[in-house]
Amino acid sequence: MIRYLLKRILCMIPVLIAVSILSFVIIQLPPGDFLTSKIAQLEMLGEKASESEIASLRAQYGLERPLYERYFLWITGMLKGDLGKSFIYNRPVSTLIGERLALTMMISTCSIILSWAIAIPVGIFSAIRQYSFLDYVFTFVGFIGISIPTFFLALLLMFGAYQFFDLTVVGLFSPEYAIAPWSFGKFLDLMKHIWLPAFIVGVAGTAGTIRVMRGCLLDELGKQYVIAARARGVSEWKLLLKYPVRIAINPMLSTIGWILPVMVSGSVIVSVVLNLPTTGPLLLEALEMQDMYLAGSFIMILSGLTVVGTVISDLILAWSDPRIRYE
Amino acid sequence: MWWKFKKHRLAVLSGVLLILLYLGAIFCEFVSPFSPFQRDATLINAPPQKVRFISNEGIHLRPFVYGVSGGLQDETWTRVYEEDRSRRIPIHFFVRGSSYKLCGLIPWDRHLFGTADGGILFLLGADHLGRDLLSRIIYGSRVSLSIGLVGVFLSMVIGCAMGGISGYFGGTVDNIIQRSIETLMSLPTLPLWMGLSAAVPTTWSPIKVYFGMVVILSILGWAGLARVVRGKIISLREEDFAMAARLAGAHEGRIIRKHLLPSFFSYLIVMLTLSVPGMILAETTLSYLGLGLRPPVISWGVMLQQAQNVQTVATYPWIMAPALFVVVVVLAFNFVGDGMRDAADPYH
Repeated sequence: MIRYLLKRILCMIPVLIAVSILSFVIIQLPPGDFLTSKIAQLEMLGEKASESEIASLRAQYGLERPLYERYFLWITGMLKGDLGKSFIYNRPVSTLIGERLALTMMISTCSIILSWAIAIPVGIFSAIRQYSFLDYVFTFVGFIGISIPTFFLALLLMFGAYQFFDLTVVGLFSPEYAIAPWSFGKFLDLMKHIWLPAFIVGVAGTAGTIRVMRGCLLDELGKQYVIAARARGVSEWKLLLKYPVRIAINPMLSTIGWILPVMVSGSVIVSVVLNLPTTGPLLLEALEMQDMYLAGSFIMILSGLTVVGTVISDLILAWSDPRIRYE
Repeated sequence: MWWKFKKHRLAVLSGVLLILLYLGAIFCEFVSPFSPFQRDATLINAPPQKVRFISNEGIHLRPFVYGVSGGLQDETWTRVYEEDRSRRIPIHFFVRGSSYKLCGLIPWDRHLFGTADGGILFLLGADHLGRDLLSRIIYGSRVSLSIGLVGVFLSMVIGCAMGGISGYFGGTVDNIIQRSIETLMSLPTLPLWMGLSAAVPTTWSPIKVYFGMVVILSILGWAGLARVVRGKIISLREEDFAMAARLAGAHEGRIIRKHLLPSFFSYLIVMLTLSVPGMILAETTLSYLGLGLRPPVISWGVMLQQAQNVQTVATYPWIMAPALFVVVVVLAFNFVGDGMRDAADPYH
C-alpha cells in the first residue's frame, strides 16, 4: 500500500509541472500584456503615460525579462506561497483567491455528495424495476439533465424562483453574513445556500452516475450467486444491499477522478450566472482584463487541486479494492 | 446494423430531426423569413406572434398573425406591445422577400415562408435591436451546429493519430502519450477553455476566431478518444490479419490506417456522435460568457449573451429560445449515439 501511495504521489509531480507550464502559456498567449491595456485605458481617460513611467512600471512587474525567467519567478514564488500581485486590484493574489477557492472546492464536493445521494438510490430502483414506468421517467429526466447547458439550467431556476416565488437566489450568503467574518452562524448560512448551486452543478453528473449504477447493478443481479442466495431464502433487501450494490458502487469510486474536473468546471460557470463569491466571476474578470497573475494562479490552482483530488480518489479506490494496490 | 438501428424509434426520429436542422443550417438564407441583420427600431424586444387560423371573420385556410403595435411608454420608459387585431397579416409560403445568395453562390429572393407585403412576422419575438429572433436562430445554427462537427473531426484526427501511435508502438512513446492523456483528463476543462479563448485576439476576423475556437475545443477534447483508440489498437494488433499484413511487408502507418482503424470504425463513429454535443455545449457556454465568438457573428451562444440577468429574462423570456434549440440538438445527438451504440454492439 505504501509503495502504491508513493508511486501515485510521484506520478503527480510531472502532471503538476505540465499544468503549471500550460497555465503560464495561457497567460502569455494574448498579444500585448496588462500594461498595454492599462496604457490604452489611461489614454482613453485623457491621461498620457510618459515613457519613463511605462518603463518603470514594466520593470516593477518584471515584464522586461525573457519568458523562461518570468516562468521561474512565477513558479518559485508560487511554491513559497507568493502568488504575485493582481494588476486590477493592486493586492496580493493570495488574499484575493483564498476564500473563493475554498468555496469553489466546497461547491464541487457538495455536488458530488448530492449527486451520489440522488443517483445511487435512483440507480438501484431503476435496476430492480427495470423497464417500469418510473425507470423510463428517470431515464428521460437523466437525458435532459445531460443535454441542458449548465448555465441555462442556472438561469432557468433563477428565472423560475424570481417569477413564481419572488425570490432572488443569487449569492451564497444572506445579506447580514455577506461581509461578516467567519463564524458558526455564517457556516450554517452557507450550508443553507450552497445546495442550489451544488444541485445545478451536479445535475449532469447525476444523470451519468444513474446510468452507470443501473447498468452495473443489472449485470450483478443476473449472476448466479444472487440466484443461489435467493434460493437459500436470504431476504430481498439483505440480498440486494450486501453484495450486488457493494460491487456496483465500485465503478463510482473509480470515476471520481473524472467527475471532479467536470464539477469544478460546472461550479465556475454556475458561479458566473448566479454571481457567487467563488472563483468563477473573478476568473472571468481577470481574463477579460488580462490580469495575468490572477488568472494564471486561478487556473493553476484549480487544476492543481483537481489533480490532487484525482490522486486522493485513486488512493480511496486502492484502499477499497485490493486488486488495484497489488497490481 | 442499419436494420437494428431502425428498430430504435427515438434514435431514428432524432436522426431525422438532426438532418432537418442541418439542412436548415445549410440553406438558412432560404429557410429564414428575414435577413438576420434587418432591424426594426419600432419593434425592439417585441414578443412572439401567435400563428392563428381563426379570426372574427371566421376560419382561414391560410395561417396568419395579427400585427403588433406599441412602443415606448412615457412614464416608465418600458416598451409595451399589444396585438393589433385590425391588421391581419397572412403567412405565404415560397414568398418573395429580401434578396440573398443561397450558400453564398446562387442569387435568389424566395423564402420558405414569410409575409407578402413587407409585414412583420416575428414567430419567436424580436431581440434588443428589433431583429427577428427566429431568423437569427436559423442563421446561428450554421455556426453552432457546424462547430461541433468540425471540432469533433479535428479531435478525431488528433485522437486517432495519438491513440494509434501509442497503442501500436507501445513502450516509451505509449508511456508519454498515456501520461499526457491522463493529465488532460484530470484538468477542469472550462477554466482552461476560458483562458485559451480569452487569448484569441479581438482583432481577428470572425472566420479566424471560429477556427481558433475549434482548435481550442479539440486541443482538450482528443484525450478521451485517443484512450479508446489505443485500447482497441492494442487488442487488434495481435490479431492474425495484422500479423499477415506485417509479414506481407506493409509499413506501420499503413497497417494502422488500412487494417486496424477500419476494423473498429463503427465504434469510432458512435464515440464521435456522442462527443459532438459536448463541443456544442462548450461553444455555447464560452460564447455566453463573452469569451468565444462575438457579435456580429451569429451563434446560439452569442444570442444568449442577451440573457445575462434575471430581470431581462423575466421581462423578455423569449430570448431564451436559442437555449431550447441547444437542448433539443444535444438530446437528439445523444439519442442517435445511443441507438447507434446499441446497433453496433454485437452482444446486444
